[in-house]
Amino acid sequence: MPKISLRDALRDALHEEMARDERIIVLGEDVIMHGGPYAVTRGIYEKYPERIRQTPISEAGIVGTALGAALCGMRPVAEIMYVDFITCAMDEVVNQMAKVRYMFGGQTDVPVVLRLPSGTARLIAAQHSQSLEAWFMHVPGLQVVVPSTPYDGKGLLKTALRGRDPVMFIEYKRLYTNEGEVPDGDYTIPFGQADIKREGQDVTIVASGPMVGKALEAAEILAPEGIEVEVIDPRTLVPLDRETIFASVHKTNRVIVTDEEVKRGGASAEIASLIAEECFDALDAPVKRVASANVPMPFSPELEKLVVPKAEHLVAAVRALVG
Amino acid sequence: MYICNQEDECCISPGVRHHDMEDTPMPVEAPSPDILQEIYTRMWRIRLFEEQAEYQSSQGKVMGALHTYIGEEAVAVPVCAHLQPTDYITSTHRGHGHCIAKGADIKKMMAELFGRATGYCKGKGGSMHIADFAVGMLGANGIVAGGFGLATGAGWAAQLRKSGQAAVCFFGDGAANRGPFHENINIAAVWKLPVVYVCENNQYAQWTPQKDVTLVTDIANMAPAYGIPGVQVDGMDALAVYEAAGEAIARARRGEGPTLLECKTYRFHGHNFGDPQMYRTREEIAEWSDRRDPLKRLAAHIKEAGLLTDAEDQAIQQRVTQEIQEAVRFAESSPYPTPDELYKDIYSYEYA
Repeated sequence: MPKISLRDALRDALHEEMARDERIIVLGEDVIMHGGPYAVTRGIYEKYPERIRQTPISEAGIVGTALGAALCGMRPVAEIMYVDFITCAMDEVVNQMAKVRYMFGGQTDVPVVLRLPSGTARLIAAQHSQSLEAWFMHVPGLQVVVPSTPYDGKGLLKTALRGRDPVMFIEYKRLYTNEGEVPDGDYTIPFGQADIKREGQDVTIVASGPMVGKALEAAEILAPEGIEVEVIDPRTLVPLDRETIFASVHKTNRVIVTDEEVKRGGASAEIASLIAEECFDALDAPVKRVASANVPMPFSPELEKLVVPKAEHLVAAVRALVG
Repeated sequence: MYICNQEDECCISPGVRHHDMEDTPMPVEAPSPDILQEIYTRMWRIRLFEEQAEYQSSQGKVMGALHTYIGEEAVAVPVCAHLQPTDYITSTHRGHGHCIAKGADIKKMMAELFGRATGYCKGKGGSMHIADFAVGMLGANGIVAGGFGLATGAGWAAQLRKSGQAAVCFFGDGAANRGPFHENINIAAVWKLPVVYVCENNQYAQWTPQKDVTLVTDIANMAPAYGIPGVQVDGMDALAVYEAAGEAIARARRGEGPTLLECKTYRFHGHNFGDPQMYRTREEIAEWSDRRDPLKRLAAHIKEAGLLTDAEDQAIQQRVTQEIQEAVRFAESSPYPTPDELYKDIYSYEYA
């Protein structure tokens, strides 16, 4: 199977789906020039000049316009250059996009995909490094998708582009260049279906985004010690595949939940509390969370490296759980 | 020729193209007698619907916030007279008038105000969220300036399809102070989208007089900043609005881009039902509601033109009154939504 980067996998998904469905249109800042800062939209203008628009720096206008076009029969994909900038469009996301289906009694589909480059990268400090999945999870009506591999990225983006509901598509910037196997040809990955990235019977790590790779690293480190870690990647936080997570907890009886968000009130808090509520009797130890420090992202490399958890933190957490 | 005959200076200010025939590049045909009568009828439908809604609110049958369109009828109706059901409008928290002007069913509207399952939104929206996608009404909106993005996107969809559809964004003077006004008008201008931004300048942002919070009180004056035409018209004069809107909508359909159309108007009954209106005088209200009532003005005009008799006028009002009574009966006899509706329509599939 050919190996390609997440960036290429996402770009392939866009190109293939745009060929398949002429209602798909693309907008965002600098999305024509170089295909955006991450080059995910590269090549679209050359093929479909009518179907991609480079916008002014107007996030509220971008999301509002995408939503309006979606209500009128199109399937817009908007790139918000950094997820941090979605703050400038939170009315459009929270009060409009998430709610129009419900508050209008189901009169309309809302097929909008917002692509949201997230997380730390290249030392860009507090306003360009955030992870905001939990904000979006808190709003009924939004779907929250977090691919961790090129394979998942392509299949999940295709599902997003064929769906009928708004998608907050979280793309971790550090993963864009990561390569992985992606089959030729068409495939989709349904929302609400977690992936067991590694099987094990001693401890479950529920990991999303860049923490999936680190969980797998931790599992490699622990395997020689006879500790078998099961790594579950929910892939979509809303809808969440509770069954797969709960089944794993019932198997291992010990669980760590990890993501790159600030720990307080993060996605890991929601998943941990679901496990505590639903699987209490299966647990041999308290649910542990491993997530980023509760700080704005500092600039200096000596400080930034202290914020986001590494594989070694997961290793330590696992040892503490089984010890 | 319909020249704005507003007497004070508010309608004429430097830099604004005061709307009249001499200044019209593509003359708009005067409305036919049939269209005039339909405009007049829909204006009465709004007036009487809103009076009934206020009455039902006083009886506790209509619950929640109620913002009526009384006094502003001459904006939405003549604008929408140029639109087909395939054209789009976006609305505000004061949205009943836009719904009726665009051709929504007042039975389903009233049922929505009563919180019933037969309402437009199955009782999940209420007064501030009535939508009728079948007639291109993309929803009343509880967020001030919430409609700008929707209308701009609707215009983009129309442009991409080359369908000749147009979109109209109704908004108030208060919304012109919010960011989406700027961001979306700029996008529509640079993309030459078929959108008309219609400001219903009723001079109050909830309780705050416009002049206390905005130095440029003529919203049309903001248009040159975006490189698009700004047109100001007397929003109490249905014929003047008809003509100005016709020109702007035709321009949009011709692919020449958006227009900012400001209609100077007035809400007769305050921000919401029950508003004590401490921020304005009885004299000011009377000045507008007695002397400039858009219904009285249109009636006088069409009677003078020999297009409506007193008897026909009576018949129109009686017919609309009956429609509204039927709407109330329909609402009252409709069931409330059942608990199983709570988790429906969040997504296209069931998930909570």
